[in-house]
Amino acid sequence: MSKICYNVITFPGSNCDHDAFWIAKLHNAKSELIWHKDDELKNPDVVIIPGGFSYGDYLRCGAIAKFSSIMKTVVDFADKGGLVIGICNGFQILTETQLLPGTLLMNNTLHFICQHQYVKVENNNTPFTNKYNESEVLDIPIAHKEGNYFIDEPGLKKLRENNQIVFRYCDENGQINNESNPNGSVYNIAGIVNEKGNVLGMMPHPERAAETILSSHRGAGVFESINNWVYENL
Amino acid sequence: MIKAKVYVTLKPSVLDPQGKVITNALHTLGYDSIEETRASKFFEISFNESDIDIVQTKLHEICDKVLANPNTEVYSFNLEKINE
Repeated sequence: MSKICYNVITFPGSNCDHDAFWIAKLHNAKSELIWHKDDELKNPDVVIIPGGFSYGDYLRCGAIAKFSSIMKTVVDFADKGGLVIGICNGFQILTETQLLPGTLLMNNTLHFICQHQYVKVENNNTPFTNKYNESEVLDIPIAHKEGNYFIDEPGLKKLRENNQIVFRYCDENGQINNESNPNGSVYNIAGIVNEKGNVLGMMPHPERAAETILSSHRGAGVFESINNWVYENL
Repeated sequence: MIKAKVYVTLKPSVLDPQGKVITNALHTLGYDSIEETRASKFFEISFNESDIDIVQTKLHEICDKVLANPNTEVYSFNLEKINE
């Protein structure tokens, strides 16, 4: 069986691209870094839009990155059903590109938050979460100032009806409430997929918690799920 | 030459934590009559054009595509002819 291939996009200001590149290799996949000015991907099974501060977060987070030439190719890849994950700034870029609904606003605390965070698996029937149990509580770190997920009422209703909410912020017992919401996100949303389910955006960083040497490795399930899904479906 | 002044503001339904903190700070300074503060973005854009209609059309495009996020923001602008 040939190895699956990750393509990780590097924008000026990306700073989690090498973590994503490394973690894909660690999970027995091929990994390629792709420069934002390139037009072509390198035969990916999965594209990761990594965290960081693309274009210095000028104007709005992710607003300039959406005009990078590689993003047109990424949108085509997603439209054809390719797997795309946006992590942190990558999530912001995916909402600006309108591959995912909603917007990430400034945290309601106005602070940059960098901490361990519990999230609950709301939907384990996706290419990215099929190795987790439903309602499993994971410790995956967050590090952002603009992670306050906003969507209007009709938008939220649609997300819930289509089962697009994948991760929600919670406490270590899985309780979802205002106290366990670090940034003011609507409905404690930490991660969502698009309607087709092939594009995931999440604020927590699974690539920073996916090897046993670290204090949490619960993010590994995302990469194990992808391996599992790709081998079964492609 | 036409100069555009573009205001991009959060929709009234969207919480503005920055504005809230500014209101609190102003209350601390004794400006008790302040009900609400909304923080927003302001852009000045100069066009090398003389036709107001053309500039208006372009600005709507620019705001929809780049300057404002339609999920959370609304925009308005006014135009001024500058004598060269």
